Amino acid sequence: MDATRRDFIRAGAAAGGGLLIAFVLPGCNREPRNEKPSEAAVGHATSEAVDQSPGLGTAGFIRIDRQGAVTFVVHKVEMGQGTFTSIPMLLAEELEVDPAKVRLEQAPPDNKLYADPLLGGQLTGGSTSIRGAWEPLRRVGATARTMLVAAAAKRWNVEASSCTARDGAVVQADGQRRLGYGELVDEAAKLPVPQVVALKKAGEFRLIGRPVHRLDGADKVNGKAVFGIDARPQGVRVAAVAASPVIGGRLKAVDEAKAKAVPGVREVLKIDNAVAVVADHQWAAKQGLAAAAPSWDEGANANLTTGVIVADMEAASLKAGVVARKDGDASEEIGRAKRRLEAVYHMPFLAHATMEPMNCTAQVKDGGCDVWVGTQVPVLAQAAAAKAAGVPPEQVRVHNHYLGGGFGRRLEVDNVAQAVAFAKQTQGPVKFVWSREEDIQHDMYRPYYLDRMAAALGDDGRPTAWFHRIVGSSILSRFAPATVKDGVDADAVDGARDHPYAVPAVRVEYVRHEPPLPTAFWRGVGATHNVWVVESFIDELAAAAKQDPLAYRLALLDKSPRLKAVLQAAADKAGWGKPFQAPDGRRGGRGLSAQFVFGTYMAQVAEASVDEAGEVRVHRVVCTVDCGTVVNPDTVVAQVESGVVFGLSAALWGEITLDRGRVQQSNFPDYRVMRMNEMPLVEVHLMPSGDAPGGIGEPGTSAAAPALTNALFAATGQRIRKLPVGEQLKARTA
Amino acid sequence: MANFTLNGQATTLEVPDDMPLLWVLRDVVGLTGTKFGCGVAACGACTVHVDGQPTRSCITPVSAVAGKQIVTIEAIERDPVGRRVQAAWGELDVVQCGYCQSGQVMAATALLRDKPEPSDADIDGALSGNICRCGTYQRIRAAVKRAAARKEG
Repeated sequence: MDATRRDFIRAGAAAGGGLLIAFVLPGCNREPRNEKPSEAAVGHATSEAVDQSPGLGTAGFIRIDRQGAVTFVVHKVEMGQGTFTSIPMLLAEELEVDPAKVRLEQAPPDNKLYADPLLGGQLTGGSTSIRGAWEPLRRVGATARTMLVAAAAKRWNVEASSCTARDGAVVQADGQRRLGYGELVDEAAKLPVPQVVALKKAGEFRLIGRPVHRLDGADKVNGKAVFGIDARPQGVRVAAVAASPVIGGRLKAVDEAKAKAVPGVREVLKIDNAVAVVADHQWAAKQGLAAAAPSWDEGANANLTTGVIVADMEAASLKAGVVARKDGDASEEIGRAKRRLEAVYHMPFLAHATMEPMNCTAQVKDGGCDVWVGTQVPVLAQAAAAKAAGVPPEQVRVHNHYLGGGFGRRLEVDNVAQAVAFAKQTQGPVKFVWSREEDIQHDMYRPYYLDRMAAALGDDGRPTAWFHRIVGSSILSRFAPATVKDGVDADAVDGARDHPYAVPAVRVEYVRHEPPLPTAFWRGVGATHNVWVVESFIDELAAAAKQDPLAYRLALLDKSPRLKAVLQAAADKAGWGKPFQAPDGRRGGRGLSAQFVFGTYMAQVAEASVDEAGEVRVHRVVCTVDCGTVVNPDTVVAQVESGVVFGLSAALWGEITLDRGRVQQSNFPDYRVMRMNEMPLVEVHLMPSGDAPGGIGEPGTSAAAPALTNALFAATGQRIRKLPVGEQLKARTA
Repeated sequence: MANFTLNGQATTLEVPDDMPLLWVLRDVVGLTGTKFGCGVAACGACTVHVDGQPTRSCITPVSAVAGKQIVTIEAIERDPVGRRVQAAWGELDVVQCGYCQSGQVMAATALLRDKPEPSDADIDGALSGNICRCGTYQRIRAAVKRAAARKEG
């Protein structure tokens, strides 16, 4: 660890004066509990897919100029999760500056300088930002502060230990002497980088653990925040895009003359599977696209339906998969058990439906390429643009922006590849904007999953054996193939092979099944799938054993005291055991979920009800969280609130289906998401902990669906084994 | 030819009559604070004020706003109610990705002008047309109430 530490921080003079601290965040803070292969795998991809990604701006990470202004080239993107506040807080804590005064610059693509320590690549995802930066970024701040203090001590000819740093200045002799950082940077830049710096202890934090207002808050309520879709480079024109409505289809013909007859339309651009109409404004482009009336060679998927895919998966689920976990002989135990339970669960394809529809502005010129976009993966965007433009990656400039929602959608760069393929056929920058329909019908979807569960129950009702066979797409096989070992996709089995319950015999299998439509990560990734299945099935076992779902779980969690504590706390705060009275004569119930994923322990209790017509309402979600040390508490709470809504939207209504090879949903009226009038009360309780931080962007989502469906079971006695809940309870009532 | 007042400025533009106001604002005038979300008035991201009324600019042809007063998110701080809404949003850290928040702020400002002390049902009624995929609804509701509680300002 020390060797890495010595190497990873370099300091020197910045161009034009000032102190420059260049560093890479090493993977030196990996605690065993944070080593989640699925998340690491996601990031490896950015390193593996792109050889030695070239850095366009090797500007380093931090610059402090002669005015004392701190510029932080932030390696993460802001997509709502609050990184542009919490990440600078880590730096500011040790550097002793006001985080609101740290100027943020979005890092250019560079896998060496800007890699996430946990992920091994420049990527924002997998709830890793704080976990990865927690120790090394504070160390960088402390290093810079130590050098500035040393510079002041030298100037005053005193011991450095007699000086302290505070509010962007070094003070000495009870504050009688004071020098701002700006007055010290040139001298500090000449000093050696200290080999050892002391980090503050938890009790000494001034910022960490206290709420700091979001630094991006003001610009997001006055129209100044610039998202990818807002980019307006000089001379930009706009384009509407249509890709083949049938997955895998090809463009056959377009009526260019009719398109160009629309006033404002300038050009019609074609690629193998899509057409773009370029115009002076989006209205002309949209009308031009309609006039172009593209026709398609529909190809092999012309008759594809979801039913065909699911039937295929059902057949696949009857065969053994690769073994992801094997404790004892679960199959044999279940085979000879007196009491056993079996269940099959289905989860649908899902779209991401980020509020900002997919878009990319691109220009190919003079052997180079510019792309203006909001992306979770700048390096992959650069590689995709380079490939499409036929230029070397170092000639691609990625201008990254705020993301109008990520949720995994912007881990993909299909929009970039498409935009550049179009742009290289024309002059000047063009902004390619997908309509909402295009966005939903050409998403890369959360995979459909089919899970076969079985368990044996002992005389005391507890499970003696547990069998889980997962059937679904392997996203990692595409995204980071080298990480798939012996056929086991760590993401596909995340939350299943490491479920928290003590069962003597456990067998978890994975059957890879690739549907014809593209699949991708979706908020909560593997855990969103497996936690729903595991938490539904453990609830089924409790019911079969005629035991209280809380007591049943607690009895199986002796080896997970932190999870046990959050579960008990959630139950206490929700009033578990007391009757839940749903309003208006509705049938109501409470449901539980518990999970340890992304390095965070979480439990939720949902209160939901059903009316006579089978319409579901969620009243309250109580959530307890032990995510270790909390950096910005209000951001953590906000992320959990957000995750719950995202999970509930999908659990209640989210579903992408195919007919005749086409996605049947198209826009919010038929891809329903939660709205204000449907919003439950969400109570988030943070459990105190001094442990290293866990991830928080995803866990709220993965815990939400099982709490809901378990509550609906409590309310109605009907077990939901297929998501979304949709009309299922209506059908039963009618 | 379109004539209207945009954020207090008389504006004349050479655009087709049927062009939605959203694209006039974003692609012709260059005010990108008003967002494109769905194109069918189903998400509220494109909400602006037309003569004070919250209006979905994505389905409003520019001819329908001839001679009218249009206010977008870029100028809402000139409105005392708008300022209160912005302040409440900041105090409660409502925003996440922020993409829908222009529309949320415009809708909330119109609500509070109309109903200075909105009930929960009023908030549901005025804001259920504004989707937030980050799920900030609970904070939006609280921020509307906070802005309502500060009458002057």
